[in-house]
Amino acid sequence: MPMIYYVAVILAIGIVALAVGRQRASAQTRGRDKQHSRPHYHGWWAMLLATIPAILLVVVWSIGSTIYVERHIEAQIPEQTDDSPIASRSLAIGMIHNLADALRRLDAEARANLPATFAELQPKLAAKGAALAPDTQDYMIAIAAGANAESDTLRLTGGVLALILALAGAAYGLRSIHPRAQARNKVERIVLWALLGSSMIAILTTVGIVLSMLFETFHFFSSVSPLSFFFGTVWDPRFAAAGAGDSAGQFGLIPLLAGTLYIALVALLVAVPIGLMSAVYMAEYASRRVRSIVKPALELLAGIPTIVYGIFALVTLGPFLRDLSAALTGGTPFIQAQSIFTAGVVMGIMLIPVVSSLSDDIITAVPRAMRDGSLGLGATRSETIKRVVLPAALPGIVGAILLTASRAIGETMIVVLAAGVAAKLTANPFEAMTTITVKIVNQLTGDLEFNSPQTLVAFALGLTLFAVTLVMNIVALYIVRKYREQYE
Amino acid sequence: MTDVTLDSLPVATAPARRDIGIRKRYAAERRFRFYGLAAISVGLIFLAVMLVTIVGKGYTSFMQTSILLPITFDAKVIDPQNKRETDPSVLIKANYPNLARDALATRLGISKDDKPQIAALKGFVSDGVRVQLRDMVVADPSLIGQTRDVWVLAGANIDSAFKGQIDLDVAEGNRKVSDRQVGFIDKLRDEGVMEGKFNTGLFTYGASSRPETSGVGVAIIGSFYMMLIVLLLALPIGVAASIYLEEFAKKSRLTDIIEVNINNLAAVPSIVFGLLGLAIFLNFFGLPRSAPLVGGLVLALLVLPTIIIASRAALKAVPPSIREAALGVGASKQQAVFHHVLPLAMPGILTGTIIGMAHALGETAPLLLIGMVAFIVDVPHGVTDAATVLPVQIFLWSDLPEVGFQAKTSAAIIVLLAFLLIMNGAAILLRKRFERRW
Repeated sequence: MPMIYYVAVILAIGIVALAVGRQRASAQTRGRDKQHSRPHYHGWWAMLLATIPAILLVVVWSIGSTIYVERHIEAQIPEQTDDSPIASRSLAIGMIHNLADALRRLDAEARANLPATFAELQPKLAAKGAALAPDTQDYMIAIAAGANAESDTLRLTGGVLALILALAGAAYGLRSIHPRAQARNKVERIVLWALLGSSMIAILTTVGIVLSMLFETFHFFSSVSPLSFFFGTVWDPRFAAAGAGDSAGQFGLIPLLAGTLYIALVALLVAVPIGLMSAVYMAEYASRRVRSIVKPALELLAGIPTIVYGIFALVTLGPFLRDLSAALTGGTPFIQAQSIFTAGVVMGIMLIPVVSSLSDDIITAVPRAMRDGSLGLGATRSETIKRVVLPAALPGIVGAILLTASRAIGETMIVVLAAGVAAKLTANPFEAMTTITVKIVNQLTGDLEFNSPQTLVAFALGLTLFAVTLVMNIVALYIVRKYREQYE
Repeated sequence: MTDVTLDSLPVATAPARRDIGIRKRYAAERRFRFYGLAAISVGLIFLAVMLVTIVGKGYTSFMQTSILLPITFDAKVIDPQNKRETDPSVLIKANYPNLARDALATRLGISKDDKPQIAALKGFVSDGVRVQLRDMVVADPSLIGQTRDVWVLAGANIDSAFKGQIDLDVAEGNRKVSDRQVGFIDKLRDEGVMEGKFNTGLFTYGASSRPETSGVGVAIIGSFYMMLIVLLLALPIGVAASIYLEEFAKKSRLTDIIEVNINNLAAVPSIVFGLLGLAIFLNFFGLPRSAPLVGGLVLALLVLPTIIIASRAALKAVPPSIREAALGVGASKQQAVFHHVLPLAMPGILTGTIIGMAHALGETAPLLLIGMVAFIVDVPHGVTDAATVLPVQIFLWSDLPEVGFQAKTSAAIIVLLAFLLIMNGAAILLRKRFERRW
């Protein structure tokens, strides 16, 4: 019986406790003094006592037992050698899991006398509709059956314990129902704790990000010196055979940082003028009707996933620019299909709505009186915008641009697809460069030993990225908030 | 009094020079307006170009070329040694593609000894026919010995040629389809037994090495599981957090820190959340790689700030008079919030949630880091099974060189955008229908 059924039973116990508690509480009211809490609070208190500890137990128990069984399976698999029939350990573990799942479909009798070889077992399983890899090994049958039995026992024990706990909780809750009992306060206190706990998740996330990355980064710096990371100009991690003596590569951040900033700069050169001018037009000129059509359309641009932009850059814009430049010079293209320019332009398009919606808010926040004053003195609308509105909104707009820049620096999918993977330093925007985010993805996709510097460097890169964007965000949010206060 | 002062001003010579100035200034005004319009047009044109190219590339994938073949389930091919009574695995291992090839040869009137013609049939029918015919025979072994008309999928290159995606002017040796095969295609088309059918496989299949039998079905299921996790985690936690911050929290250092944290998390690059997932959920807690559970956890953390910010705005929009009225008739603070404020804020909260979910649905980068870049053929049965999701499937296909996969990439993008459109549409509808101005 999967754990989820136990949870269902526990919840059922809780609901019964709720109903009974309510009943008892309202029965006690009759003919006596007024109760402190409304009856259903007594019910809820009993329910919380019945469910919370029991469900916590179920959760902890099932996580623990899954890990335990998994470890046990892993321990039983024979060591991997060159002539092992299964290519990798993880594959073997996967096959055992499939086999274990398939075995559950057999009836109890068949499960009790399992054949020793897979060749005998397969037809029986196939009859139950379980298709398994033909090279499932004989030794796996025993492991799978053992794992099944083990997890069944663990589940049963945990489930029964949880049910006992639930019943005990319910009984205690129901016994303590009394007209003077302050059930509402207790329930509300738990609710308040739950609310506080939920809002702490934000802090926990930040702490989790910082700690996990710091930890792995220190790990990385134990094999590569921070100086050669932060100031190295050569990126060549060298995916040599793991464990081989001379697998150390060079991990210079500079080329990646330069690429990141270069592409972000191109993106901002596209996004800021277009976004800002659209925002100005929308806030100052557009009629209500135009605004109600154009604004959602531009927001649509913001709703498109970045992978779509990346693919647009990769299969449409990149080849188009390459062919165009080839046609212009009559032969060799001077724009590569994957280039800073392509990635930057596409990222710029993606950022247009970001700039425009942020600066739209900021421009409309400039008080009406300032515009009226300027117009009243005879300035045209564009003069009002250029000399009064924009200067007044400038701090806010700078904040918006900073926020946009931090988006550009952290953007991943567009550059993964459109910027290229060659880490080099170049000033030519039509060549390929690579970015921090591309390298994070490159270093971490694929089967690699986790503890090699080649993978750990991704965390150092991530931490750098996090730190840079964090500073930008904090400054930007501070500026924007200060600006808002100015006109409130 | 005013008359006197006006008369005393020197106005006689000014008009001419001022008019020139005015004209310049008005021209500047017009230019400025034009820049604004141009900026908006550029944005909208980019949007249009992008959508048109994607739809233009992808729409052909919604049709798949099929061929109607009179398939004879020849016992000699399926079970040459006649031992299917004793060994059912014969039916699974039989050479079904040969059946399809023979049927195709019959359909085209090619004799079995005509080696070059028969060789041209290679790859004409998709290799997926193996599974299709096998399933038919396994489900009903009495088919053996009979002849049935079956629609089978054409091979990827034949499919592309049928749709006109292969340039026939290229020399025969340099293209994927030979002249002989083009002749076959024309013949079958004229006979009406080869046609484009709606590609249901696109919505049911999973990853495959053959474009014609690959689809986004498995990825959609994976995305569904992941979104379920995101919703179950992010909505309650987000609403609870925003209620706490908006209604209960006293101004203190702690709440300040929480607030700054939430605002910053909203702007942290998504890939950093992927690193968090890798380090904490996979390496520390040992959760399975590629599982929708882990993806859902990571994305829930990613969208949580969005949901909290939207929910707080919705709660803030409920006027204080509602709370005061409830408190005035003796409700506790929590009763006022949960019975009166929250229901009124719910449409706004749900709108924010849907928009956050749409964002999560299109997110790719963090999922690459937690190992969702796997080749997944089968439908995941739960949130801990290995799965893939729509945007990652798109990313994987975009890497493949075959024409068929390029069309599939665009088709998958269309499917993804359709989902996003539906979600955003729902959010707009919700806002329009329930929005209340106080």
